[in-house]
Amino acid sequence: MTITRRQVFALGAGVAAVALTGLPRVTFAEEDKVQAAIDAFSGGATPETANVSLTAPEIAENGNTVPISFAVDSPMSDDDHITEVTLLAAGNPSPDVATFHFTPMSGAAEATTRMRLAKTQDVIALAKTSTGKVYMDRKTVKVTIGGCGG
Amino acid sequence: MAKSKPRVKVPKTASKDEVITIKTLISHKMESGQRKDKDGNVIPRQIINKFTCDFNGKTVFSCDLEPAISANPYLEFSAKVPESGTFKFTWLDDDGSEYSTESKIAVE
Repeated sequence: MTITRRQVFALGAGVAAVALTGLPRVTFAEEDKVQAAIDAFSGGATPETANVSLTAPEIAENGNTVPISFAVDSPMSDDDHITEVTLLAAGNPSPDVATFHFTPMSGAAEATTRMRLAKTQDVIALAKTSTGKVYMDRKTVKVTIGGCGG
Repeated sequence: MAKSKPRVKVPKTASKDEVITIKTLISHKMESGQRKDKDGNVIPRQIINKFTCDFNGKTVFSCDLEPAISANPYLEFSAKVPESGTFKFTWLDDDGSEYSTESKIAVE
């Protein structure tokens, strides 16, 4: 297909319009969705940014398989252990990625998996202890090729 | 699609109360429900939505998976080994099928 001068201008105007109006709204909607997911997990408590370490590549070339791992600092005893860890991706069509359920038998609250990322965005790990505390960590991952098949 | 084939890697032996690392992989397309085919119809979602690891009948670790997990889901996690026994791994598919495999471990 050849692009005429007229089409170039039309395209430019379209991109500008999206940049001005579309994107900020999308971002707010994403933040709302993520905040709703965080609230649902923590039960309204504000998560403390501590104890969780999330490991993700700074730049992911292929958004289809992004290796991601986390480790939560916890004694993992019967009285004090991590019960649940959830991963959220702020910029995916649906922020939920996976929820891991641990028991004292798990020995350590850590796991590794591979996830899809639609675009450059923040990945969030939230952990809940058996004593009711909520911890979180957040990492930005740059994605070269998105992985949601849109 | 070919039948999903689970693969796990568990050490054969461990010392008492040792925390071991278990690696699991299962072949599955993990269709997200976001993609469209050539005619623009949405391809229905079909993923593995739950994974469970039991040791001698007691759940050690489980995980709820969402469409954001990559195809051929890979999971690596830890487990404490108090005694000799069998780890049982179960994957649940959206279509109701269940894939499972077992692995024995001996405490020295």
